[in-house]
Order: sequence, then C-alpha cells, then structure tokens
Amino acid sequence: MNALLATVRRDILLALRRKSEVLTAVFFFVIVTSLFPLGIGPEPVLLKKIAPGILWVAALLATLLGLPRLFAADHVDGTLEQMALSPSSLGLLVAGKILAHWLLCGLPLVLLAPVLGLQFDLDASALGILTLALLLGTPLLSLIGAIGAALTLGVRGGGVLLALLVLPLYIPALIFGAGAVEAHIAGLGAGGHLSLLAAMLALAVFFAPWATTAALRIALE
Amino acid sequence: MRQSIVHWFKFASPQSFYPLAGRMIPWFWAAAAIFGIAGLWISFFVAPTDAQQGEGYRIIFVHVPASWMSMFIYLVMAFWAGLGLALNTRVSGMMAQALAPTGALMAALSLLTGALWGKPMWGAWWVWDARLTSELILFFLYLGFMALQAAIDDPRRADKAGAILALVGVVNIPIIYFSVKWWNTLHQGSTINLNKAPSMAQTMLWGMMLMALAFWMYSIAMALMRVRAIILERERHTEWVKHAVE
Repeated sequence: MNALLATVRRDILLALRRKSEVLTAVFFFVIVTSLFPLGIGPEPVLLKKIAPGILWVAALLATLLGLPRLFAADHVDGTLEQMALSPSSLGLLVAGKILAHWLLCGLPLVLLAPVLGLQFDLDASALGILTLALLLGTPLLSLIGAIGAALTLGVRGGGVLLALLVLPLYIPALIFGAGAVEAHIAGLGAGGHLSLLAAMLALAVFFAPWATTAALRIALE
Repeated sequence: MRQSIVHWFKFASPQSFYPLAGRMIPWFWAAAAIFGIAGLWISFFVAPTDAQQGEGYRIIFVHVPASWMSMFIYLVMAFWAGLGLALNTRVSGMMAQALAPTGALMAALSLLTGALWGKPMWGAWWVWDARLTSELILFFLYLGFMALQAAIDDPRRADKAGAILALVGVVNIPIIYFSVKWWNTLHQGSTINLNKAPSMAQTMLWGMMLMALAFWMYSIAMALMRVRAIILERERHTEWVKHAVE
C-alpha cells in the first residue's frame, strides 16, 4: 500500500512541476464544450437536451488526451523497467499511476462539469447527477484507457491508435453516464444508471490494473 | 493418452502446420463451393417469396450468415489469442492475426447488406437499432486489433499485445451489447423490432443454414490461406521455408 501511495505522490509531484500539461487537457474540455453551442445555436431547450452527451463526450476526449503521457515518460527514461524489477508488485504501482492520472485528469473534469453545465441551462439537481455520474465514470475511463496506453507504448502512431483502441471500449461508460442525467431530466430517476456505472467501475478496478500490467510486461520485453 | 497430446502439439510448430494447412485448404474450398451453390440455389429458386417483404428479403441469406460469422470469428480469434498467450505457441498468434481481416470483412458485409435491406424495408439506410450499433462497434474492435498488430514491428510483441486487446474486447462485448440495447430502448422504444420476425418457412431456414455453412467453410479456408502466408513471411529466415518456396 505504501508503494501505491508513493507512486501517486511521485506522479502528482512530477505533474505539478510541469503544470501546463495537465492544464491543457482541462482547457481542452472547457473549450470543446463551449464550442457546441456556437455550432448548434443558442436555443436553451435544445442545449439542455444535448448537454449530458456533450459534456460526457468532451470528458472522454479530454481523458484520452492525457493517456499517452501515463507511461511514456517513465518508459523513455527507464523508470518503468525499474518499477518492473522492484520488489513491490508492478500491478500495485500501476494502480498508483492510474489513480494519479485520475486525480490529475479526471477529478478536474468532475469539478468543472457543474460550472460548464450552467452554460447549457441544466438545473441544480441535474448538475448534481452529472457530477456524480462523472465522479463514477472518469475513474472508469482512466482504468480502461490505461490498458490502451500500455498496449500502444512506444508504438508507431501511438496517439491515434490509442483513440481507435480505447474509444469503442468507452461506449458503455458514455451510455450510462450521459443516460443518468437524461433519465433524471426525464423524471425516470438516475439510480439504475449510476448503479451500473458503479458496477462497471468495480469490475474495472479489479481487472484493468492486471491487464495493464500484462501489457506493460510485453512492452518491456 | 500421452501420445495424442504430443501429436496435437506437433502442429503448434509453423513448420508442421504449414503443410497440414496446405492439405486442408482444397477440402474447405470444395465444401464452401458445394454449400454455397446449394444455398444460393435454395435461396433464389426454391425459397418462396415473402408475403410482406417481397423479393427483397432474400438478402438475409447473405446478411444473417455474415453477422453470425462476424461475431463467431471474434470469439475464435480471442480463443487463439488467449491460447497463444497462455501456452506461448507461435501458430496461435498467427491464427488470430489471420482471422481478423475475415472477421472485419464479415462485419462490413453485414453492415452493408443490412443497409441495403433496411432501405426498402424500413425506409432508411441506417437506424440506431441495438443490433446495428453493436455490429458497428464490433467492426471498430476488429479495426483496432488490426491497427495495433500493424503498428508493432516485432511480430511476437504484436501477437501478445493483440492477444490482450482481443481478450479485453471479448470481456467487453457483452457489456457493450447490453448497454447499447438498454440505451436503445430508453431512447426510441420498440419502433423496429427484429425479434418478432414472422416464423420462417422451412425452405428459407434451409437456405440460411446452407449459406451459413458455406460462410464457415469460406472463412476457414481463407484463414488457413492467410496463416500460410504469415508463416512464410515470419519464418523466411529458416531453411525449410527456403525449400518450401522453391
């Protein structure tokens, strides 16, 4: 457990020394969501209807933007090999790296989403559901994305390839995440959607670090 | 018992699998041709015209087998990929790589024939039906698998990375399918329901089964031909390949 926390601390410290990289993804999220009303038109009814989908797709893409950095720098300077050789299990260290990635890339999106939701005329309870759904969903995005990041480590055209691999796997998170807010607005209650999102998160917490570790070991061979 | 295990593992080596595949290919092609001709004959000349859909329904004789194959090939591909990862056999990875293009072709064919069928029947080339959407996502998964394998130069690493992706995909396919299904019912209700198709005439079923068998045989023959090409390419430095090509 100490090893996990140490990895989280190290990754956050490294990221805070180069703040611009983290902020880029956050600003990307803000800009993309603000572009949609400009492209579609300012009618509040329409914007309210499409808001959950837009915020979720933008969160998906913003997470994707940060994924190549997850292992790349450590792979280049050999830290990753030292991690694989270290006495603590690689799976634990990888889980720490994924957690740090979520704290740096996912959590800011969760905190910003209610503010951006105001642009789309969502009311307070819908904003609450949106934030809750993103709170459950963004760790899922980081976990699934980590598998793709490990598979494309040091591969030609890694960034685009990563999107091709990971985006189809993000579809369930998108459906239930955006669906939760839509169901709430429609008066159906978001409980079912949120439960399913949480169930997928639980599955991913268990399996994704394991699959990521296997993929990293292949990349390190 | 022991003897038979050794016998099977013999074909895990590219050198002994190559001639075996070569001997099997003509048989599968012949079977594909026989089943295909019989299936096409039944589906075009024997099966009656559908009361509701007219002649246009006959596209299902290609569409349904293609959809079945596209899903089944992904499972087989994941099976070979997992086997290759677990036992470290080289031919398994090559089989997975050889199956992917055929699977992608089947998924594309299924989407294309579905669109051609949908235009006269539903009045739209594309609807966001759960089955259509999951078939499209399956197509994306095939593309991702092939793109990953193509991007990695070292074939052994490509096999293993592809294997992990295929296994992750197989775990996700049911989740994706059900999420798309629920998403679909939430949004548009059951405007189009493929499940309550009218009970099919016996001859139609026969035609479809024969066509499905033809597609099976075609897929196996094609995968074996492709795996032979992959073996030659990867083992080109060995002596036996130099003799085999001569």
